[in-house]
Amino acid sequence: MRRLALIAVPYLWLLALFLVPFIIVLKISLSDYALSIPPYSPTLDLSTGWQGIKSFFGALDFENFTFLTTDDLYWKAYLSSVKIAVVATLCTLLVGYPIAYGMANAPDHWRPTLMMLVILPFWTSFLIRVYSWMGILSTEGYLNQLLIGMGLISEPLMILNTNTAVYIGIVYTYLPFMILPIYATLERMDASLLEAAEDLGCSRMQAFWLVTFPLSRNGIIAGCFLVFIPTIGEFVIPALLGGSDTLMIGKVLWEEFFNNRDWPVASAVAVILLLILIIPIILFQRNEQKQREAEG
Amino acid sequence: MRRFTWFNATSLTLGFAFLYLPMVILIVYSFNASELVTVWAGFSTRWYGELLQNEAFLDAAWVTIQVAVISSTIATVLGTMAAYVLVRAGRFAGRTLFSGMIYAPLVMPEVITGLSLLLLFIGIGLDRGVLTIILAHTTFSMCYVSVVVSSRLVSFDRSLEEAALDLGCTSMEAFRLVTLPIIAPAVISGWLLAFTLSLDDLVIASFTAGPSATTLPIKIWSSIRLGVSPEINALSTLLIAIVAVGVITASLVTKRAALRQEAEERAAERA
Repeated sequence: MRRLALIAVPYLWLLALFLVPFIIVLKISLSDYALSIPPYSPTLDLSTGWQGIKSFFGALDFENFTFLTTDDLYWKAYLSSVKIAVVATLCTLLVGYPIAYGMANAPDHWRPTLMMLVILPFWTSFLIRVYSWMGILSTEGYLNQLLIGMGLISEPLMILNTNTAVYIGIVYTYLPFMILPIYATLERMDASLLEAAEDLGCSRMQAFWLVTFPLSRNGIIAGCFLVFIPTIGEFVIPALLGGSDTLMIGKVLWEEFFNNRDWPVASAVAVILLLILIIPIILFQRNEQKQREAEG
Repeated sequence: MRRFTWFNATSLTLGFAFLYLPMVILIVYSFNASELVTVWAGFSTRWYGELLQNEAFLDAAWVTIQVAVISSTIATVLGTMAAYVLVRAGRFAGRTLFSGMIYAPLVMPEVITGLSLLLLFIGIGLDRGVLTIILAHTTFSMCYVSVVVSSRLVSFDRSLEEAALDLGCTSMEAFRLVTLPIIAPAVISGWLLAFTLSLDDLVIASFTAGPSATTLPIKIWSSIRLGVSPEINALSTLLIAIVAVGVITASLVTKRAALRQEAEERAAERA
Protein backbone atom coordinates (compact mmCIF):
# COMPACT_ATOMS: atom_id res chain seq x y z
CA MET A 1 0.00 0.00 0.00
CA ARG A 2 2.76 2.38 0.98
CA ARG A 3 4.82 1.29 -2.01
CA LEU A 4 1.87 2.04 -4.27
CA ALA A 5 1.55 5.56 -2.86
CA LEU A 6 5.29 6.13 -3.24
CA ILE A 7 5.11 5.23 -6.90
CA ALA A 8 1.77 6.86 -7.62
CA VAL A 9 2.46 10.38 -6.37
CA PRO A 10 5.45 11.29 -8.59
CA TYR A 11 4.03 9.16 -11.39
CA LEU A 12 0.71 10.98 -11.51
CA TRP A 13 2.43 14.35 -11.20
CA LEU A 14 4.59 13.66 -14.24
CA LEU A 15 1.70 12.19 -16.20
CA ALA A 16 -0.45 15.24 -15.56
CA LEU A 17 2.21 17.92 -16.00
CA PHE A 18 4.57 16.38 -18.51
CA LEU A 19 2.93 13.72 -20.64
CA VAL A 20 -0.57 15.17 -20.94
CA PRO A 21 0.70 18.67 -21.92
CA PHE A 22 2.85 17.04 -24.52
CA ILE A 23 -0.10 15.14 -25.97
CA ILE A 24 -1.98 18.44 -26.09
CA VAL A 25 0.86 19.95 -28.15
CA LEU A 26 0.64 17.01 -30.55
CA LYS A 27 -3.10 17.41 -30.83
CA ILE A 28 -2.99 21.16 -31.41
CA SER A 29 -0.27 20.72 -34.03
CA LEU A 30 -2.86 18.71 -35.98
CA SER A 31 -5.60 21.32 -35.51
CA ASP A 32 -6.41 24.38 -37.56
CA TYR A 33 -5.88 28.02 -36.69
CA ALA A 34 -9.14 29.73 -35.81
CA LEU A 35 -10.18 33.20 -34.75
CA SER A 36 -11.70 32.11 -31.48
CA ILE A 37 -10.80 31.40 -27.87
CA PRO A 38 -8.85 29.11 -27.72
CA PRO A 39 -7.50 30.07 -31.17
CA TYR A 40 -7.67 26.65 -32.79
CA SER A 41 -10.25 24.11 -33.93
CA PRO A 42 -11.57 21.47 -33.47
CA THR A 43 -12.10 21.36 -29.73
CA LEU A 44 -13.20 18.07 -28.24
CA ASP A 45 -16.87 18.21 -27.29
CA LEU A 46 -17.70 15.16 -25.19
CA SER A 47 -21.34 16.14 -24.68
CA THR A 48 -22.20 14.94 -28.19
CA GLY A 49 -20.89 11.50 -27.33
CA TRP A 50 -19.35 9.18 -29.90
CA GLN A 51 -20.34 11.42 -32.79
CA GLY A 52 -18.36 14.27 -31.23
CA ILE A 53 -15.24 12.14 -30.82
CA LYS A 54 -15.50 10.96 -34.42
CA SER A 55 -15.87 14.41 -35.89
CA PHE A 56 -13.04 15.62 -33.60
CA PHE A 57 -10.61 13.07 -34.99
CA GLY A 58 -11.90 13.61 -38.50
CA ALA A 59 -10.98 17.28 -38.34
CA LEU A 60 -7.34 16.64 -37.38
CA ASP A 61 -4.86 16.71 -40.24
CA PHE A 62 -1.22 17.31 -41.09
CA GLU A 63 -1.91 20.66 -42.73
CA ASN A 64 0.44 22.57 -40.41
CA PHE A 65 3.26 20.21 -41.19
CA THR A 66 2.72 20.61 -44.93
CA PHE A 67 2.65 24.35 -44.33
CA LEU A 68 6.04 24.10 -42.59
CA THR A 69 7.50 22.38 -45.63
CA THR A 70 6.13 24.93 -48.08
CA ASP A 71 7.21 28.09 -46.28
CA ASP A 72 10.98 28.12 -46.47
CA LEU A 73 11.31 30.31 -43.33
CA TYR A 74 10.93 27.14 -41.25
CA TRP A 75 13.29 25.03 -43.31
CA LYS A 76 15.91 27.69 -43.13
CA ALA A 77 15.39 28.11 -39.39
CA TYR A 78 15.80 24.37 -38.74
CA LEU A 79 18.89 24.14 -40.91
CA SER A 80 20.43 27.28 -39.49
CA SER A 81 19.78 26.09 -35.89
CA VAL A 82 21.59 22.85 -36.64
CA LYS A 83 24.42 24.71 -38.35
CA ILE A 84 24.81 27.22 -35.52
CA ALA A 85 24.71 24.41 -32.96
CA VAL A 86 27.37 22.37 -34.79
CA VAL A 87 29.75 25.31 -35.28
CA ALA A 88 29.22 26.56 -31.71
CA THR A 89 29.84 23.06 -30.30
CA LEU A 90 33.14 22.79 -32.19
CA CYS A 91 34.19 26.27 -31.01
CA THR A 92 33.32 25.32 -27.41
CA LEU A 93 35.44 22.19 -27.79
CA LEU A 94 38.38 24.23 -29.10
CA VAL A 95 38.14 26.66 -26.18
CA GLY A 96 37.24 24.07 -23.54
CA TYR A 97 39.76 21.33 -24.25
CA PRO A 98 42.91 23.32 -23.39
CA ILE A 99 41.25 24.51 -20.16
CA ALA A 100 40.29 20.96 -19.14
CA TYR A 101 43.79 19.80 -20.09
CA GLY A 102 45.39 22.53 -18.03
CA MET A 103 43.18 21.63 -15.05
CA ALA A 104 44.10 17.95 -15.29
CA ASN A 105 47.81 18.83 -15.28
CA ALA A 106 47.55 21.37 -12.48
CA PRO A 107 49.02 20.55 -9.06
CA ASP A 108 46.68 18.43 -6.92
CA HIS A 109 45.96 21.10 -4.34
CA TRP A 110 44.76 23.58 -6.99
CA ARG A 111 42.18 21.29 -8.48
CA PRO A 112 39.27 21.77 -6.05
CA THR A 113 39.57 25.55 -6.50
CA LEU A 114 39.78 25.25 -10.29
CA MET A 115 36.72 22.97 -10.29
CA MET A 116 34.82 25.49 -8.22
CA LEU A 117 35.83 28.30 -10.61
CA VAL A 118 34.39 26.31 -13.51
CA ILE A 119 31.17 25.46 -11.71
CA LEU A 120 30.52 28.90 -10.21
CA PRO A 121 29.36 30.56 -13.48
CA PHE A 122 26.91 27.69 -13.94
CA TRP A 123 25.09 28.76 -10.77
CA THR A 124 25.03 32.38 -11.86
CA SER A 125 21.99 33.55 -13.79
CA PHE A 126 22.10 32.49 -17.43
CA LEU A 127 20.30 35.65 -18.46
CA ILE A 128 22.86 37.87 -16.73
CA ARG A 129 25.78 36.03 -18.28
CA VAL A 130 24.32 36.55 -21.76
CA TYR A 131 23.47 40.16 -20.92
CA SER A 132 27.05 40.87 -19.82
CA TRP A 133 28.15 40.47 -23.45
CA MET A 134 25.75 43.12 -24.73
CA GLY A 135 27.83 45.87 -23.15
CA ILE A 136 31.07 44.36 -24.43
CA LEU A 137 30.07 43.76 -28.04
CA SER A 138 27.89 46.76 -28.89
CA THR A 139 29.14 49.38 -31.34
CA GLU A 140 30.11 51.80 -28.58
CA GLY A 141 30.92 48.87 -26.27
CA TYR A 142 34.05 48.07 -24.28
CA LEU A 143 35.65 45.87 -26.95
CA ASN A 144 35.35 48.53 -29.64
CA GLN A 145 36.57 51.22 -27.24
CA LEU A 146 39.61 49.08 -26.45
CA LEU A 147 40.42 48.26 -30.06
CA ILE A 148 40.00 51.87 -31.19
CA GLY A 149 42.03 53.07 -28.20
CA MET A 150 44.83 50.73 -29.19
CA GLY A 151 44.67 52.05 -32.73
CA LEU A 152 43.92 48.63 -34.20
CA ILE A 153 40.72 49.74 -35.92
CA SER A 154 39.34 53.14 -36.83
CA GLU A 155 35.69 52.21 -37.34
CA PRO A 156 33.81 50.27 -34.65
CA LEU A 157 33.13 46.63 -35.51
CA MET A 158 29.54 45.43 -35.80
CA ILE A 159 29.50 42.34 -33.62
CA LEU A 160 26.37 42.61 -31.51
CA ASN A 161 23.25 41.52 -33.44
CA THR A 162 25.22 39.19 -35.71
CA ASN A 163 25.79 35.43 -35.71
CA THR A 164 29.32 35.99 -34.36
CA ALA A 165 27.82 37.37 -31.16
CA VAL A 166 25.55 34.31 -30.97
CA TYR A 167 28.58 32.01 -31.22
CA ILE A 168 30.42 33.95 -28.52
CA GLY A 169 27.35 33.77 -26.28
CA ILE A 170 26.94 30.03 -26.73
CA VAL A 171 30.63 29.26 -26.15
CA TYR A 172 30.61 31.45 -23.06
CA THR A 173 27.47 30.06 -21.42
CA TYR A 174 27.97 26.37 -22.26
CA LEU A 175 31.74 26.20 -21.64
CA PRO A 176 31.43 24.47 -18.21
CA PHE A 177 29.39 21.65 -19.82
CA MET A 178 32.31 20.99 -22.15
CA ILE A 179 35.13 21.36 -19.62
CA LEU A 180 33.75 19.11 -16.88
CA PRO A 181 33.32 15.79 -18.76
CA ILE A 182 36.66 16.23 -20.59
CA TYR A 183 38.40 17.07 -17.33
CA ALA A 184 36.84 13.98 -15.72
CA THR A 185 38.28 11.62 -18.37
CA LEU A 186 41.68 13.35 -18.43
CA GLU A 187 41.96 13.28 -14.67
CA ARG A 188 41.25 9.53 -14.52
CA MET A 189 43.83 8.79 -17.18
CA ASP A 190 46.79 6.67 -16.12
CA ALA A 191 49.79 9.01 -16.42
CA SER A 192 52.25 6.12 -16.77
CA LEU A 193 50.85 5.53 -20.27
CA LEU A 194 52.44 8.81 -21.34
CA GLU A 195 55.72 7.81 -19.78
CA ALA A 196 55.60 4.55 -21.72
CA ALA A 197 54.90 6.41 -24.95
CA GLU A 198 57.83 8.73 -24.40
CA ASP A 199 60.11 5.85 -23.44
CA LEU A 200 59.18 4.24 -26.73
CA GLY A 201 60.35 7.33 -28.56
CA CYS A 202 57.26 9.51 -28.97
CA SER A 203 57.71 13.24 -28.82
CA ARG A 204 55.38 15.01 -26.36
CA MET A 205 53.24 16.18 -29.24
CA GLN A 206 52.98 12.65 -30.64
CA ALA A 207 52.24 11.25 -27.19
CA PHE A 208 49.39 13.73 -26.87
CA TRP A 209 47.80 12.83 -30.21
CA LEU A 210 48.41 9.08 -29.89
CA VAL A 211 47.60 8.57 -26.20
CA THR A 212 45.93 11.45 -24.39
CA PHE A 213 43.55 12.59 -27.10
CA PRO A 214 42.10 9.15 -27.96
CA LEU A 215 41.71 8.34 -24.26
CA SER A 216 39.71 11.52 -23.70
CA ARG A 217 37.31 10.64 -26.53
CA ASN A 218 34.42 9.74 -24.24
CA GLY A 219 34.68 13.05 -22.43
CA ILE A 220 34.75 14.92 -25.73
CA ILE A 221 31.69 13.11 -27.02
CA ALA A 222 29.75 13.67 -23.80
CA GLY A 223 30.74 17.35 -23.72
CA CYS A 224 29.73 17.88 -27.35
CA PHE A 225 26.29 16.39 -26.79
CA LEU A 226 25.81 18.41 -23.60
CA VAL A 227 26.46 21.58 -25.59
CA PHE A 228 24.77 20.59 -28.85
CA ILE A 229 21.42 19.39 -27.48
CA PRO A 230 20.41 22.51 -25.51
CA THR A 231 21.85 24.85 -28.16
CA ILE A 232 19.47 23.65 -30.89
CA GLY A 233 16.38 24.92 -29.06
CA GLU A 234 18.12 27.98 -27.56
CA PHE A 235 16.02 31.12 -27.36
CA VAL A 236 17.66 33.66 -25.04
CA ILE A 237 21.05 33.90 -26.80
CA PRO A 238 19.80 34.46 -30.38
CA ALA A 239 17.12 36.83 -29.11
CA LEU A 240 19.53 39.02 -27.14
CA LEU A 241 22.80 38.79 -29.08
CA GLY A 242 21.62 37.79 -32.54
CA GLY A 243 20.30 40.07 -35.22
CA SER A 244 17.07 40.04 -37.18
CA ASP A 245 18.69 37.68 -39.70
CA THR A 246 19.76 35.18 -37.01
CA LEU A 247 17.39 32.30 -37.58
CA MET A 248 17.01 29.81 -34.77
CA ILE A 249 14.05 27.57 -34.29
CA GLY A 250 13.54 28.40 -30.61
CA LYS A 251 13.15 32.04 -31.57
CA VAL A 252 10.77 31.18 -34.43
CA LEU A 253 8.58 29.14 -32.05
CA TRP A 254 8.50 32.00 -29.53
CA GLU A 255 7.55 34.57 -32.18
CA GLU A 256 4.97 32.27 -33.75
CA PHE A 257 3.35 31.90 -30.36
CA PHE A 258 3.66 35.34 -28.75
CA ASN A 259 3.67 37.63 -31.80
CA ASN A 260 1.61 35.80 -34.43
CA ARG A 261 -0.51 33.92 -31.89
CA ASP A 262 -0.63 30.97 -34.26
CA TRP A 263 -0.75 28.13 -31.76
CA PRO A 264 -1.18 25.24 -34.21
CA VAL A 265 1.92 26.27 -36.19
CA ALA A 266 3.92 26.89 -32.99
CA SER A 267 2.97 23.39 -31.83
CA ALA A 268 3.95 21.85 -35.17
CA VAL A 269 7.31 23.67 -34.94
CA ALA A 270 7.76 22.18 -31.45
CA VAL A 271 6.96 18.65 -32.64
CA ILE A 272 9.51 18.84 -35.47
CA LEU A 273 12.12 20.34 -33.16
CA LEU A 274 11.71 17.31 -30.91
CA LEU A 275 12.00 14.93 -33.85
CA ILE A 276 15.31 16.58 -34.75
CA LEU A 277 16.52 16.26 -31.17
CA ILE A 278 15.65 12.58 -30.79
CA ILE A 279 18.62 11.37 -32.85
CA PRO A 280 21.37 13.16 -30.86
CA ILE A 281 19.63 12.25 -27.59
CA ILE A 282 19.56 8.54 -28.46
CA LEU A 283 23.20 8.67 -29.58
CA PHE A 284 24.13 10.41 -26.35
CA GLN A 285 22.32 7.78 -24.23
CA ARG A 286 24.06 4.99 -26.14
CA ASN A 287 27.44 6.60 -25.58
CA GLU A 288 26.77 6.97 -21.84
CA GLN A 289 25.66 3.36 -21.60
CA LYS A 290 28.71 2.10 -23.47
CA GLN A 291 30.92 4.08 -21.13
CA ARG A 292 29.19 2.68 -18.04
CA GLU A 293 29.60 -0.87 -19.36
CA ALA A 294 33.26 -0.26 -20.14
CA GLU A 295 33.83 0.91 -16.59
CA GLY A 296 32.42 -2.23 -15.07
CA MET B 1 53.96 12.08 -15.12
CA ARG B 2 51.82 15.14 -15.12
CA ARG B 3 53.66 18.30 -15.99
CA PHE B 4 52.25 21.73 -15.49
CA THR B 5 53.72 23.50 -18.51
CA TRP B 6 53.63 27.06 -19.78
CA PHE B 7 51.00 25.95 -22.24
CA ASN B 8 48.81 24.72 -19.36
CA ALA B 9 49.30 27.91 -17.39
CA THR B 10 48.45 30.08 -20.40
CA SER B 11 45.34 28.16 -21.33
CA LEU B 12 44.08 28.27 -17.74
CA THR B 13 44.74 32.00 -17.45
CA LEU B 14 43.07 32.83 -20.76
CA GLY B 15 40.22 30.42 -20.09
CA PHE B 16 39.37 31.83 -16.70
CA ALA B 17 39.82 35.38 -17.97
CA PHE B 18 37.22 34.60 -20.64
CA LEU B 19 34.86 33.09 -18.05
CA TYR B 20 35.17 35.89 -15.52
CA LEU B 21 36.06 39.11 -17.36
CA PRO B 22 32.53 39.83 -18.65
CA MET B 23 31.16 39.55 -15.11
CA VAL B 24 33.97 41.67 -13.67
CA ILE B 25 33.27 44.40 -16.24
CA LEU B 26 29.56 44.24 -15.39
CA ILE B 27 30.32 44.62 -11.68
CA VAL B 28 32.77 47.49 -12.18
CA TYR B 29 30.39 49.43 -14.42
CA SER B 30 27.51 48.97 -11.98
CA PHE B 31 29.37 51.57 -9.86
CA ASN B 32 29.55 53.99 -12.77
CA ALA B 33 28.10 57.44 -12.06
CA SER B 34 27.19 58.08 -15.69
CA GLU B 35 23.87 57.31 -17.27
CA LEU B 36 25.73 56.30 -20.42
CA VAL B 37 26.62 52.74 -19.59
CA THR B 38 29.83 52.47 -21.57
CA VAL B 39 31.37 55.78 -20.52
CA TRP B 40 33.11 55.82 -17.14
CA ALA B 41 32.31 58.96 -15.13
CA GLY B 42 33.49 58.19 -11.63
CA PHE B 43 32.48 55.94 -8.78
CA SER B 44 28.94 56.05 -7.45
CA THR B 45 26.39 53.79 -5.77
CA ARG B 46 23.57 55.79 -7.28
CA TRP B 47 22.10 52.89 -9.29
CA TYR B 48 21.84 50.70 -6.20
CA GLY B 49 19.83 53.42 -4.51
CA GLU B 50 17.51 53.73 -7.48
CA LEU B 51 17.15 49.97 -7.65
CA LEU B 52 16.01 49.76 -4.03
CA GLN B 53 13.35 52.34 -4.78
CA ASN B 54 12.05 50.58 -7.85
CA GLU B 55 8.84 48.95 -6.62
CA ALA B 56 8.39 46.88 -9.77
CA PHE B 57 11.74 45.17 -9.30
CA LEU B 58 11.17 44.59 -5.60
CA ASP B 59 7.75 43.06 -6.26
CA ALA B 60 9.18 40.83 -8.96
CA ALA B 61 12.01 39.75 -6.66
CA TRP B 62 9.52 38.83 -3.95
CA VAL B 63 7.40 36.76 -6.37
CA THR B 64 10.54 35.02 -7.65
CA ILE B 65 11.70 34.07 -4.16
CA GLN B 66 8.27 32.73 -3.21
CA VAL B 67 8.07 30.67 -6.39
CA ALA B 68 11.62 29.36 -5.95
CA VAL B 69 11.20 28.36 -2.29
CA ILE B 70 7.85 26.63 -2.77
CA SER B 71 8.63 24.93 -6.08
CA SER B 72 12.05 23.68 -5.01
CA THR B 73 10.67 22.30 -1.76
CA ILE B 74 7.87 20.37 -3.47
CA ALA B 75 10.31 19.31 -6.18
CA THR B 76 12.72 17.96 -3.57
CA VAL B 77 10.01 15.82 -1.96
CA LEU B 78 8.69 14.53 -5.28
CA GLY B 79 12.15 14.11 -6.77
CA THR B 80 13.41 12.14 -3.77
CA MET B 81 10.34 9.90 -3.96
CA ALA B 82 10.94 9.42 -7.68
CA ALA B 83 14.60 8.58 -7.10
CA TYR B 84 13.60 6.04 -4.45
CA VAL B 85 11.13 4.47 -6.86
CA LEU B 86 13.72 4.33 -9.67
CA VAL B 87 16.44 2.77 -7.52
CA ARG B 88 14.47 0.66 -5.05
CA ALA B 89 10.95 -0.16 -6.17
CA GLY B 90 12.07 -2.91 -8.55
CA ARG B 91 9.81 -3.77 -11.45
CA PHE B 92 6.34 -2.42 -11.81
CA ALA B 93 3.96 -1.80 -14.67
CA GLY B 94 4.94 1.36 -16.56
CA ARG B 95 8.46 1.62 -15.15
CA THR B 96 9.96 2.44 -18.55
CA LEU B 97 7.49 5.26 -19.07
CA PHE B 98 8.28 6.54 -15.58
CA SER B 99 12.03 6.70 -16.08
CA GLY B 100 11.46 8.21 -19.51
CA MET B 101 9.37 10.98 -17.96
CA ILE B 102 12.14 11.63 -15.42
CA TYR B 103 14.87 11.99 -18.03
CA ALA B 104 12.97 13.63 -20.89
CA PRO B 105 12.48 17.05 -19.22
CA LEU B 106 16.25 17.30 -18.75
CA VAL B 107 16.82 17.41 -22.50
CA MET B 108 13.54 19.02 -23.54
CA PRO B 109 14.04 22.52 -24.99
CA GLU B 110 12.58 25.08 -22.60
CA VAL B 111 10.39 26.60 -25.30
CA ILE B 112 8.61 23.27 -25.70
CA THR B 113 8.16 22.65 -21.97
CA GLY B 114 6.79 26.16 -21.59
CA LEU B 115 4.48 25.93 -24.56
CA SER B 116 3.06 22.54 -23.56
CA LEU B 117 2.38 23.58 -19.96
CA LEU B 118 0.71 26.78 -21.09
CA LEU B 119 -1.57 24.84 -23.43
CA LEU B 120 -2.44 22.51 -20.54
CA PHE B 121 -3.28 25.38 -18.17
CA ILE B 122 -5.45 27.02 -20.80
CA GLY B 123 -7.07 23.69 -21.62
CA ILE B 124 -8.16 23.08 -18.02
CA GLY B 125 -9.06 26.73 -17.47
CA LEU B 126 -6.45 27.47 -14.78
CA ASP B 127 -5.71 31.20 -14.55
CA ARG B 128 -2.06 31.95 -15.13
CA GLY B 129 -0.24 33.40 -12.13
CA VAL B 130 2.03 32.41 -9.27
CA LEU B 131 0.42 28.97 -8.95
CA THR B 132 1.01 28.01 -12.58
CA ILE B 133 4.68 29.08 -12.43
CA ILE B 134 5.12 26.99 -9.28
CA LEU B 135 3.55 23.94 -10.97
CA ALA B 136 5.77 24.39 -14.01
CA HIS B 137 8.98 24.86 -12.05
CA THR B 138 8.23 21.95 -9.75
CA THR B 139 7.76 19.65 -12.71
CA PHE B 140 11.10 20.25 -14.39
CA SER B 141 13.16 20.66 -11.25
CA MET B 142 11.88 17.45 -9.64
CA CYS B 143 13.59 15.61 -12.49
CA TYR B 144 16.93 17.26 -11.70
CA VAL B 145 16.49 16.47 -8.00
CA SER B 146 15.70 12.86 -8.75
CA VAL B 147 18.84 12.46 -10.88
CA VAL B 148 21.02 13.93 -8.11
CA VAL B 149 19.41 11.85 -5.35
CA SER B 150 19.31 8.59 -7.30
CA SER B 151 23.05 8.77 -7.99
CA ARG B 152 23.55 8.85 -4.21
CA LEU B 153 21.03 6.05 -3.60
CA VAL B 154 22.79 3.77 -6.07
CA SER B 155 26.08 3.96 -4.19
CA PHE B 156 24.35 3.47 -0.83
CA ASP B 157 25.10 0.38 1.30
CA ARG B 158 21.72 -1.32 1.70
CA SER B 159 22.87 -3.56 4.52
CA LEU B 160 22.69 -0.52 6.84
CA GLU B 161 18.97 -0.27 6.17
CA GLU B 162 18.52 -4.00 6.60
CA ALA B 163 20.35 -3.87 9.93
CA ALA B 164 17.93 -1.19 11.13
CA LEU B 165 14.97 -3.36 10.09
CA ASP B 166 16.49 -6.38 11.86
CA LEU B 167 16.89 -4.30 15.01
CA GLY B 168 13.15 -3.65 15.01
CA CYS B 169 12.70 -0.42 13.09
CA THR B 170 9.62 -0.05 10.95
CA SER B 171 10.46 0.75 7.34
CA MET B 172 9.43 4.37 7.94
CA GLU B 173 11.78 4.61 10.94
CA ALA B 174 14.58 2.98 8.99
CA PHE B 175 14.13 5.60 6.28
CA ARG B 176 14.05 8.48 8.74
CA LEU B 177 16.92 7.29 10.98
CA VAL B 178 19.27 5.62 8.50
CA THR B 179 18.57 6.38 4.86
CA LEU B 180 17.64 10.04 5.08
CA PRO B 181 20.73 11.16 7.06
CA ILE B 182 22.96 9.34 4.57
CA ILE B 183 21.36 10.77 1.44
CA ALA B 184 20.86 14.20 3.06
CA PRO B 185 23.78 15.92 1.25
CA ALA B 186 22.34 14.83 -2.10
CA VAL B 187 18.85 15.96 -1.07
CA ILE B 188 20.22 19.35 -0.03
CA SER B 189 22.18 19.84 -3.23
CA GLY B 190 19.07 18.77 -5.14
CA TRP B 191 17.11 21.47 -3.36
CA LEU B 192 19.78 24.08 -4.10
CA LEU B 193 19.82 23.07 -7.75
CA ALA B 194 16.03 23.28 -7.98
CA PHE B 195 16.09 26.65 -6.22
CA THR B 196 18.64 28.20 -8.60
CA LEU B 197 16.93 26.71 -11.66
CA SER B 198 13.71 28.35 -10.57
CA LEU B 199 15.38 31.71 -9.79
CA ASP B 200 17.03 31.67 -13.18
CA ASP B 201 14.23 30.56 -15.44
CA LEU B 202 13.00 33.02 -18.03
CA VAL B 203 11.51 30.96 -20.85
CA ILE B 204 9.17 28.63 -18.97
CA ALA B 205 8.08 31.42 -16.63
CA SER B 206 7.28 33.68 -19.60
CA PHE B 207 4.91 31.06 -20.98
CA THR B 208 3.25 30.19 -17.68
CA ALA B 209 3.10 33.58 -15.93
CA GLY B 210 0.04 35.70 -16.31
CA PRO B 211 -0.18 39.48 -16.15
CA SER B 212 -0.75 39.20 -12.39
CA ALA B 213 2.64 37.63 -11.66
CA THR B 214 5.98 38.81 -13.00
CA THR B 215 9.19 37.14 -11.94
CA LEU B 216 12.56 38.88 -11.78
CA PRO B 217 13.96 37.25 -14.96
CA ILE B 218 10.86 38.35 -16.90
CA LYS B 219 11.29 41.90 -15.55
CA ILE B 220 15.02 41.89 -16.40
CA TRP B 221 14.24 40.52 -19.84
CA SER B 222 11.76 43.23 -20.73
CA SER B 223 14.20 45.96 -19.73
CA ILE B 224 17.35 44.54 -21.37
CA ARG B 225 15.62 43.96 -24.69
CA LEU B 226 15.95 47.73 -25.09
CA GLY B 227 19.69 47.67 -24.36
CA VAL B 228 22.15 47.84 -21.48
CA SER B 229 21.00 49.80 -18.43
CA PRO B 230 22.97 50.82 -15.33
CA GLU B 231 20.15 49.72 -13.04
CA ILE B 232 20.27 46.21 -14.46
CA ASN B 233 24.04 46.22 -13.97
CA ALA B 234 23.51 46.95 -10.28
CA LEU B 235 20.86 44.26 -9.99
CA SER B 236 23.12 41.74 -11.77
CA THR B 237 25.97 42.57 -9.40
CA LEU B 238 23.74 41.89 -6.39
CA LEU B 239 22.60 38.56 -7.86
CA ILE B 240 26.17 37.51 -8.72
CA ALA B 241 27.30 38.39 -5.20
CA ILE B 242 24.49 36.40 -3.58
CA VAL B 243 25.23 33.33 -5.70
CA ALA B 244 28.99 33.54 -5.14
CA VAL B 245 28.59 33.81 -1.36
CA GLY B 246 26.02 30.99 -1.36
CA VAL B 247 28.07 28.57 -3.47
CA ILE B 248 31.32 29.22 -1.60
CA THR B 249 29.65 28.83 1.80
CA ALA B 250 27.90 25.64 0.71
CA SER B 251 31.12 24.11 -0.56
CA LEU B 252 33.02 25.02 2.61
CA VAL B 253 30.24 23.55 4.77
CA THR B 254 30.11 20.28 2.82
CA LYS B 255 33.90 20.06 2.87
CA ARG B 256 33.95 20.46 6.63
CA ALA B 257 31.13 17.92 7.02
CA ALA B 258 33.06 15.44 4.88
CA LEU B 259 36.18 15.93 6.99
CA ARG B 260 34.20 15.44 10.20
CA GLN B 261 32.56 12.29 8.87
CA GLU B 262 35.96 10.93 7.86
CA ALA B 263 37.33 11.62 11.34
CA GLU B 264 34.32 9.90 12.93
CA GLU B 265 34.70 6.87 10.73
CA ARG B 266 38.37 6.60 11.61
CA ALA B 267 37.54 6.90 15.31
CA ALA B 268 34.87 4.21 14.94
CA GLU B 269 37.34 1.90 13.23
CA ARG B 270 39.82 2.30 16.07
CA ALA B 271 37.21 1.63 18.74
